[in-house]
Parts: sequence; C-alpha cells; structure tokens
Amino acid sequence: MTPFRHRHVLGIAGWTREDILQVLDLAETFREISERPIKKVPTLRGRTVVNLFLEPSTRTRTSFEIAAKRLSADTINISDSTSSTVKGETLLDTARNLQAMRPDVIVLRHSASGASAFIAQQVDAAVINAGDGLHEHPTQALLDCATIRKHKRPGATDLAGVTVAICGDIAHSRVARSDVLALCTLGAKVRVAAPRTMLPVGIEALGAEVHDRIEPAIAEADVVMMLRIQKERASGPGLFPNTREYSRYFGLGSRAAALLKEDAIIMHPGPINRGVEIDPAVADGPRSVILDQVTQGVAVRMALLYLVGGGFQEL
Amino acid sequence: MAKPCIVLHGGRVIDPALSRDSISDVLISDGRVVAIEANLPPPAGATVIDARGWVVAPGLVDLHVHLREPGQEYKEDILSGTRAAAAGGFTTLCCMPNTVPVNDCRAVTELITRRAREAGLVHVLPVGAISQGLRGEALAEIGEMKDAGVVALSDDGKPVMNGELMRRALEYARTFGLPVVQHCEDSHLAAGGVMNEGPAATRAGLRGQPPAAESAMVARDLELLAWTGGRYHVAHVSTAASVRLVREAKRRGLAVTCEVTPHHLTLTDEACASYDTSTKCAPPLRSPSDREALREGLADGTIDCIATDHAPHAAQEKELEYDQAAFGMIGLETALSLGLRLVAEGVLTLPTLIERMTSGPARAFGLTAGSLRPGAPADLVAFDPVATGTVDRARFRSKSRNSPFHGWQLPGRVLMTLVDGQIVHEASRG
Repeated sequence: MTPFRHRHVLGIAGWTREDILQVLDLAETFREISERPIKKVPTLRGRTVVNLFLEPSTRTRTSFEIAAKRLSADTINISDSTSSTVKGETLLDTARNLQAMRPDVIVLRHSASGASAFIAQQVDAAVINAGDGLHEHPTQALLDCATIRKHKRPGATDLAGVTVAICGDIAHSRVARSDVLALCTLGAKVRVAAPRTMLPVGIEALGAEVHDRIEPAIAEADVVMMLRIQKERASGPGLFPNTREYSRYFGLGSRAAALLKEDAIIMHPGPINRGVEIDPAVADGPRSVILDQVTQGVAVRMALLYLVGGGFQEL
Repeated sequence: MAKPCIVLHGGRVIDPALSRDSISDVLISDGRVVAIEANLPPPAGATVIDARGWVVAPGLVDLHVHLREPGQEYKEDILSGTRAAAAGGFTTLCCMPNTVPVNDCRAVTELITRRAREAGLVHVLPVGAISQGLRGEALAEIGEMKDAGVVALSDDGKPVMNGELMRRALEYARTFGLPVVQHCEDSHLAAGGVMNEGPAATRAGLRGQPPAAESAMVARDLELLAWTGGRYHVAHVSTAASVRLVREAKRRGLAVTCEVTPHHLTLTDEACASYDTSTKCAPPLRSPSDREALREGLADGTIDCIATDHAPHAAQEKELEYDQAAFGMIGLETALSLGLRLVAEGVLTLPTLIERMTSGPARAFGLTAGSLRPGAPADLVAFDPVATGTVDRARFRSKSRNSPFHGWQLPGRVLMTLVDGQIVHEASRG
C-alpha cells in the first residue's frame, strides 16, 4: 500500500488528487465494517486518540469517536466545558500537557483559524483538523466527496463532470473552503452562491464560479449543498435583513427546489436550521442524502485515523 | 377603451437620448409614441395640437422627491405631490422612503404604488430604505421591496454613518441590482449646523456645517464602492469637493452617479442671511465657489442630473426661528424654470438641460423613462421656453409653500404634460 504523504490532516490545501482518492478508496473498504454485527477491527489497538473539541459539535465529535472505537483505539473526549481552557489555560499549554500523555492522534475543533496548524508544530502526535475557525474542515470535505462519488459517479475514480452548487453563508464557512478545494481538485465544477454580503473576497481564486443568486447556481447542478447561516461568527449590522427574507431568496424551499435537475442530490453538512436555508420537506425529501453524508463520515474518518494513526496493514 | 390618438404638430422636439433637436410632429397612439417626423399626416380622428413655438421633450424625471404619504399628509400627499409634478413637467418621480411608517418593507412599497395608481397622474417609483426604520442598524427587506417595485435604496434625510452598514448595503443591493443613494452628511461634523459654514454664517451668527461634512462621506463611500462593486448615487451634491471626488471616481471607472438640486445651482449661502427659513435645507446652500463648481459639473456631465429634493413642510414647521425651522424646500413647480434660467445665463444649452432632467436621471437609476423613442410610453412635456412669469406660492399645486423663489421672475411655462398619452396637466389659456 502507498504510504500516505501527510503526517497531519490540517486542510485540503496542498493535497493532490491522489491524496484525496487514497482516502476515499480506503474509506470504501472501511465502510463495510460499520455494516457488520460486530463493528470492530483491531487495527488501532493500543493507540490513543484524543478528541479535543473546544467548540460545540455533535456530529463530528461522535463520528470521530465511533471511527476510532471501531478501529479499537482508546478514545478520550475533551470538550470546551471539561477542558482547562475554562480555567484560563492556553491552547499551547493544553496541547503540551496532552502530549506529555503520549497520544497518537489529536483531533482538534477550535474557533480560531490556524489552531490545528499551531498545535501540529507543538506535538508529536498526528493532528487532525476537525474544523478551525473560518479556515478548513477537511474531513467534512472528504466525506462530502465520498458521498458525491457514491451517488453521482459510482465506480469512477474522481468527480469529473459533476457540477456542485454550494449555497449559503460562504463567508463564514470552513466547509465551503475545504469543499471548493477538494471538489475542484477532483475535477468537479463548483459554484458558490450567496448574497454578496456572504461571499468572501477572492473566493473565485479558489476555483469556484461565483453567483449572487441561488437560482442560476442550482440550475443544472448535480449536487446542491446548503450551508447554515453562522450567526455566531457574524458581527456588526448583519449580512441580510432577516431570516424571512433570507429563506425566501437564498433558501432551498419548494420554489427553488423545483428548478433542480430530476436526479440532483441535496446535501448539508449540518446542523440544519429548518425553514431558514432549507425547507423541512426538501431536507427530508427523496433527493436528500444528508444522513448518508453522516454515514460516509465515519468511514472517511476511520480511513484518516488509519492513515495518520499508524494502523496495521491487515484489517 | 383605446386611448386617444394625438398629434403634437410643429414643435421643437428635443430628445437627447435620440440626439434629436428638430421641428417635428409627434404622433401618439394608444398611450405610446408612434413616430416623430416632420410633417406627419395626422391619422383620421386624431386630435391635432398646435405645438408651434413650443419645446416638446420627454417628460421630466425627478429622482428625489418627498411625497410624505403615508403619514405626513398635512405636508403633502401622493395626489397633491403628483399634481405639482405634472404642473412642473415631470412624468416620473422617485419618492424617498422617510415616510411614516418608513418605506422599508413590501407593504409600504405596495401602498405607495397603489396610491400613485389611484391618483393616476405621473409615474411614482418608490425608493426603499437601506436600513430598517432608517435607524442605520440593520438592512431593510431589500429583496422583497425590489420585487414590490423599488428602483433604488436610500436612508435619505439620515446619512448611513456606519461604514460597515454602507459596505453591506452596497453588496446586498448589488445582489438585487439596485443603486444605493446616499445623503452624504457626516452627522457628527454637521451636528447643530443650520447653514453652510463660512463667512456668511459668521456674519449671520448662525451655526455652520463644514463642506467636508458632505465630501468626507462621499470620499468614504467611493472607497467602499471601489471595494464592493455595485452602484452608488450621491444625492444632492452641494460642494466643489464632492464634484471633484465624483469626477475622479468616474475617471477611475466606478459606477457612481450624482444629482444636484435647482436651488444649489441657483442660490448661495448669502441667501440665508435674510433668516428666511425657506432657504434652510439639507445640504445647506453653499458658497458662490461651490455653486460655480456645481454648474461646471452639471455642464461637463460629472453631475448626471438635476433632482429637486422636493421637501414639503407645513407653515408651522417653517414659521419659526431659523435654528428651529425644518430643513427642506419644495421644487417640483419651479425646477424647469430654474433650469431655463441657467440656459439663459449660458451655463448649459437647452438640450443639455433636458438631458439632465430626462435621460440623465433615467440612466442613473436604470429606468426606461426619459425618451420619446417610438414604442415608449408617451410621457412628455411641452413648454414655452421664453415666456416669463412670476413665481406665486399661492398657486402651487403642492400642499406646502416653502419655496425661496416666491416672487421671482423666471423664464419658461409648462403648457402641457402627458403621461401614457393622457394629458395630466394643461396650462390655462392666456
């Protein structure tokens, strides 16, 4: 098996097509483990994975924990309320103390962009970025790629020819940044759509086609990914008048959904704000693969833990 | 019922959008301009109006009026305001959102357009608020208002002081294809001022507003515009510095337009020394050198259009100490004459004046109005450019009387105004 080129998983930036495909292909072999009655293999027995989540998370933290446990690693979860950061400890001290206990992998979720890269310089453990500020959320992008490949390019290697529209609060979305990078690297055509207040300056330089209305972005798209408005990251006078107008013009309601291709799939990294960026009927409808993204997430994270956590070859 | 077929015969037809200035007949049928040609044979049954000696032009377009309805109908309402407009030769008005309640949502926009339809005189295109309640805090429901018919956005009367809100407004408005109109006035710099800061204010002992209160905000907004893209329109420019900034910005290729009022082109801050509160307006009347710069800017096209900032106020709001009186003056019924006075003074040619009152403003807001091209709605004005008359505030159609031009001898007389081929104003004979 080809050795993995990266010691850490800090972001999709700098990853090649082969790096991404290596994770996706490996994830496919891991997917089956979660379907077994005994959902556990000894691959990472004796390894220690620390989930350091200094920002709220349900999906990602649980996904990493399940992924690690299915590979037989020992997992420790530290969340914002249980960490010493509430006592005023700096991230650097927290990381050094964790390092002193010799973990093999630290999975970090942090509100500051660059936090994972900062920690990676300070510890011997492999660091997996589970979301840092507005910067990247690489494991989400990889699970999104896995989901899209499964539904839109079954049997194929990359995502050539697939058009993906990412709609919503692009400015505050680390998912959007990682997705644009990963999808473009795999040959997909990526559109981002948001009111101009939510389009970060220079997003087109990442390879996306920019739209300020969702209609032209979602028309003829194979995949529509809706993003939540990240109110907690906004400041000042606000980027839109109110959720009523936002949902009317930028949400995926029945009116906008009627513009979609028959076989388009609908994705959302979660958490969903029902009735704001997506109507319940659309989120729960037949084209939605939102929950399958979550399923793919476990397999992708198993693959990543395996690749950077020093797993054995035999499964 | 089919609208009547009309031929305006033998007038001097000036339509700058068509580069036309010639003695021609204008054939109007079913509310639209059908043809403009010399010696058109009138169709059977057509009403022929002898327009010889008249100027026939596209109906005037005013990007900046306060119709005061809803909420302040004691000052003006949509019916009285549009009557004044028709009498002044205007066929399209853009009305500012500082009504009560503020036009910051679909419901108010729809009320205004419905009331204008009921009045049935001139086209009224509402301007929506930038911020909810004009409070300068959060964006108004701009998408919804656009769908309801607003053609631009402004917090007019209240400058958008918060630079971030202005930035977001430019971005959000761009999303919906609307220009953002700014009343440029740094409210801290202007606080307490009732006229222009300068020798005239010093002599009068009135507190002044420095010209930089305006131009500093123009400069800030132009930098924001350069960063965000979008379209930006400076309401009622009044200082030489503002004109210079807009001229430079246009040279840089920014999508900026601006307007000037007839009163800033005509009067200076010397007029305030009389303590006549009809001279009190925002922005204030400026110095003679500012007025000169405005005239130059209008002539060279830096200033895209004349807009009245028609701001009716009741007597009790003006018959006060200068410090206490409301800001603003009416202008719909004197604008064309004040423009013709500039033509008489050689400031600009008659076709240029008409351009600045028709296709100039239409272009600034992206309106289809302002031209007599065949197929266009027959919105037009016919006027006698030389007849002089005395401005008499008792004869204004507006409900308000706050004009500093009462008693002035001015050239020009609006003879007839047509909207969609219907005569909405006709001067009494004699």
